[in-house]
Amino acid sequence: MFRKVLVANRGEIALRIIRALREMGIRSVAVHSQADADALHVKFADEKVCIGPGPSVHSYLSMPSIISAAEITRADAIHPGYGFLAENADFAEVCQKCDISWIGPPPALMRLMGDKIQARAAMEAAGVPVLPGSSALDSEDELLAAAERVGYPLILKAAAGGGGRGMKIVREPSRLVADWHVGRNEALAAFKSAEMYMERYCERPKHIEIQVIADHHGNVAHLGERECSVQRRHQKVIEEAPSAVLDEQIRGQFTEAAVNAVRAIDYSSVGTLEFLLDEDGRFYFMEMNTRLQVEHPVTEMTWGVDLVREQVRIAAGEELSFSALRPRGHAIELRINAEDPETFAPWPGKITALNIPGGLGVRVDTHIYEGYVVPPHYDSLLAKLIVYDASRDAALRRARRCLDEFVIEGIRTNLPFHRRIIDHAEFQSGHYDTGFVARLLAGR
Amino acid sequence: MAQSRPSSKPSKRATKDATAKPSAGKRTPRAEDAASGADADPTVAMVRSLAAIVEQHGLNELIVDLPDATLTLRRGLPQSAPEVGAVLAPGPTVSIAPQPPVALPAPEPPAPEPPAPDNHHVVTSPFVGTFYRRPNPDSEPYVALGARVNEGEVLCIVEAMKLMNEIEADAVGTVAAILVEDGGAVEYGQALFKIAPL
Repeated sequence: MFRKVLVANRGEIALRIIRALREMGIRSVAVHSQADADALHVKFADEKVCIGPGPSVHSYLSMPSIISAAEITRADAIHPGYGFLAENADFAEVCQKCDISWIGPPPALMRLMGDKIQARAAMEAAGVPVLPGSSALDSEDELLAAAERVGYPLILKAAAGGGGRGMKIVREPSRLVADWHVGRNEALAAFKSAEMYMERYCERPKHIEIQVIADHHGNVAHLGERECSVQRRHQKVIEEAPSAVLDEQIRGQFTEAAVNAVRAIDYSSVGTLEFLLDEDGRFYFMEMNTRLQVEHPVTEMTWGVDLVREQVRIAAGEELSFSALRPRGHAIELRINAEDPETFAPWPGKITALNIPGGLGVRVDTHIYEGYVVPPHYDSLLAKLIVYDASRDAALRRARRCLDEFVIEGIRTNLPFHRRIIDHAEFQSGHYDTGFVARLLAGR
Repeated sequence: MAQSRPSSKPSKRATKDATAKPSAGKRTPRAEDAASGADADPTVAMVRSLAAIVEQHGLNELIVDLPDATLTLRRGLPQSAPEVGAVLAPGPTVSIAPQPPVALPAPEPPAPEPPAPDNHHVVTSPFVGTFYRRPNPDSEPYVALGARVNEGEVLCIVEAMKLMNEIEADAVGTVAAILVEDGGAVEYGQALFKIAPL
């Protein structure tokens, strides 16, 4: 097992990982920017290293600084968390070349899944359903031929994209060529690659993802689904497990497809396969995230598994600590952000008063404290409120109770927005799709 | 009961915080003289030994609660308003705050000397890495204490990811302090040298 692990991240996830390491008896090294000198992950780690100024390109995204910090502290592994360098195959390779273990999947598989066209092909080959679509579109002729085959509406996506960036929905054939050119330019600017492909566009899909986990000994398991259809501009707002609408038959198909895919590509570590579920109950592979997810706690709560601990164990060459597990109850995660609840403008600043909800079945993963100054350099996630109870109805009531207890003063947060969602009949029904938030905000 | 207070966070760490580094350059000749002289006064002797601890461990502040007094040793220039007691030297400064009603034998207060204004230029590390004072283990250091340096002159190496990065002086002057031990780990932004202007 590792002796010392460097956590190449910040905020709640750095703290989450440091907690797991502490419980495993592994020393932790926090890295931080100058803007994060007072951050909680820095205070709770065994060691700390300042790696650069506030802007993340010079700190949390600086590979040389992080590797150097691992070397001077003699850390034997790096946990990347999510975001920043977590899906950067080059960084994973550099770690390995420097004899630092990478707590994540093999870099080659990160690269495969990072290219959405290759990932789509690999999944198709593994027998996982994919939407009608194309491979890379390099000319207008290829574009027009593919659109003929796929049909409208269709969506153009960047091969190197993800998280909703670099996408164009095309409803009219007359818009196709122009949107393709705009999409290519946007993709080039955002991902340094203009490569685009297309898929049929699903009008009102649900976003359902399957948590998978595999070790280096051939053990592969799924940990059920997470329902992540409450999204604003492709950013998840609320996640829950299990989904309120999957029946056992579809759930079985989903999880079997995910496990087959993991076996087919010989994946190891934790990972997530994202699917679209259409109105007719058919599901299609969207992408695979080769890392820990923000919303992993809803899986942990219902399956009783510490995913970070398993991830560290796998990277150290150990076997999965469990074999046959059954999920229990219902968990909901609400992402509490520092943003205006109406305009969603980011709202950095000092937290002058704070009350974190508690009680039975309540977990709050957060790095904030009273007096903490939310820096302007990073994402706006302040806390993840995770509630657990025996049924979905009970969990919803618990979420509502916790939202009333949660007090964050001095900055604006999306707590009021969460109350609107939790109180909404469509959300309460469980039959919501990825267009739910947009309709809510448009007052429809 | 003794408590040591590094200047920033109360977390354990292997790599020292930049702000907790000894500011060796602030030791004045007078303080050195005082430290070398023998002294029979037990209070002064105790303060001396505590000052040595402060120096040795690179602490910024050391507070010792005694039954009849509280001793505070603070490194760096005296605060704008020193606590009751005597300022022995600009660095480390020592103040003794008597707790009423006990009267402590007051140590001989040395004539207060105006602290030299610290107009030193500080050279900081642009990387996380390992600090080396010489190009290779057998060589002489790039610069010695008191050496005159010109802008652009190499002061040291900070090794990051097997790359030796030469750190150059960005001011003209004399090396007033070398703040990191040869071979020590340095953080981003950590002070490495102080350069006194000519």
